[in-house]
Amino acid sequence: MSDPHTMAAIAALVPQGSRVLDLGCGDGALLAHLQAHRGCTGYGVEIADANVLACVQRGVNVIQLNLDEGLALFEDASFDVVLQIDTLQHLRNAETMLRETARVGRTGVVAFPNFAHWPNRLSVLRGRMPVTKRLPYQWYDTPNIRVGTFKDFEVLAAKNGLRVLEAFGLQEGQAVRTLPNLRAGTAVFHFERA
Amino acid sequence: MHFAEPLALQSGASIRAYALSYETYGTLNADRSNAVLVCHALNASHHVAGVYEGQPRSEGWWDNMIGPGKPLDTDRFFVIGVNNLGSCFGSTGPMHTNPDTGQVYGADFPVVTVEDWVNAQARLLDALGIQTLAAVMGGSLGGMQALSWTLQYPERVRHAVVIASAPNLTAENIAFNEVARRAIVTDPDFHGGHFYQHSVIPQRGLRIARMIGHITYLSDDVMNEKFGRELREAVVGSATGYRYSTQDVEFQIESYLRYQGDKFSEYFDANTYLLITRALDYFDPARAFNGNLSQALARATCKFLLVSFSTDWRFSPKRSREIVRALLDNQRNLSYAEIDAPHGHDAFLLDDARYLGVVRSYFESVSKELA
Repeated sequence: MSDPHTMAAIAALVPQGSRVLDLGCGDGALLAHLQAHRGCTGYGVEIADANVLACVQRGVNVIQLNLDEGLALFEDASFDVVLQIDTLQHLRNAETMLRETARVGRTGVVAFPNFAHWPNRLSVLRGRMPVTKRLPYQWYDTPNIRVGTFKDFEVLAAKNGLRVLEAFGLQEGQAVRTLPNLRAGTAVFHFERA
Repeated sequence: MHFAEPLALQSGASIRAYALSYETYGTLNADRSNAVLVCHALNASHHVAGVYEGQPRSEGWWDNMIGPGKPLDTDRFFVIGVNNLGSCFGSTGPMHTNPDTGQVYGADFPVVTVEDWVNAQARLLDALGIQTLAAVMGGSLGGMQALSWTLQYPERVRHAVVIASAPNLTAENIAFNEVARRAIVTDPDFHGGHFYQHSVIPQRGLRIARMIGHITYLSDDVMNEKFGRELREAVVGSATGYRYSTQDVEFQIESYLRYQGDKFSEYFDANTYLLITRALDYFDPARAFNGNLSQALARATCKFLLVSFSTDWRFSPKRSREIVRALLDNQRNLSYAEIDAPHGHDAFLLDDARYLGVVRSYFESVSKELA
């Protein structure tokens, strides 16, 4: 997810000068990009020691926290944008964290691997779980404990009273707006509380 | 360094004609922008790094952290260690003569607070010609001083590194301090704090104070791992190995605690112990804001690095997170690392690659700002 096209596509959803909270910020590359190119400020949240170190090395604000413990540290609507880029699929409490994302941020951006992307469908049709560049793990050792589709997220967003501002797929760093549930390896949703 | 001018203290008292011991490491750069003040905790001193010539085992208390090429790199930064007022490593303390009476202070040494220490440190910086600190850093009680710097002199601090610290003590923390103080005060050799005239030292009290303190610096896990139920020497031929004594040192942990207590009582001052634990008890920047730490920290404008350790139950990660939360409420720049280390509160003095790595990286970014 840290290829320049994908990063640019996500960054385009973040208004200039926003206060950003990046949940599961990895090595801080996206935040550093948003700081450098869009004048943003904010924090990353990470659990992994190596990623926390990488963020500090980059000079990105990072808070080491287990997202499964929630976002009690953060006030309601204290950020312009809360990002969950390739994070949701690792969370035990994915639905709670989605609500928390909407509580803490005036808007939220969630991106995750779309399981309904056609190569994945093909693989399941053949009787095997997909192993692809986007989903590179075997079923028995995948860290992606939440497997969902573009359409699944639409349902979950509606259930939680989220208004989707924009939704599209990403494939090879390009936005996919026609049949994204079939044609895109990544689902991207930009939303706010309804 | 000697200070003739009286220093007004938080209690309303003041102290005059006092001295502060300090050490510096590295070189102050031309625009005087690379100074880092390192604040000490309960039983440490201004000797933060390096060794004294011809004195083996005289490493500074944070020698793994501070020095040439170390996380706080003295090749880049001008590091200042200062012994606090009331301590017993060279700065004016209860064992010195009160210029107003000509008598040794003893129990009459004025009660000093974290804020008082910071004011005294600020005066030292004035005397050294340092207006702004690149960073102020400390662990535990030292972290409280670092935090207080950002509130008392926000314009003089660019970064604060606050490690294994807390925004105030919990009731349990104060309770442990009180047990330690009672141990000292009830030692017949204490003489109400005026033991110097009697040429005795309340070593029994100091030993017990140190023993209880030491228990709280370790974690249950590390104590079990290090000592477990191991006996010092099992009685040969006995099924259990026990001596069936009530006063002998039988378990390794007993032996260890007694050793730590003995060692401490040889060098530490009893009145200093009382003063410093009291300063810990009193520290509570939120108090003036009806307990609202976010409001209290609104004055802090610098960038922060906070670190806590998962098994530290004396100053637990939860306490550091309170500071993080208050800084977030004020939209301050901060990073927070919660290191999963087994060593309890002591971890802040030990070698842990993740911990030292984060501090090193942070100071590298501080250093980049200087250039």
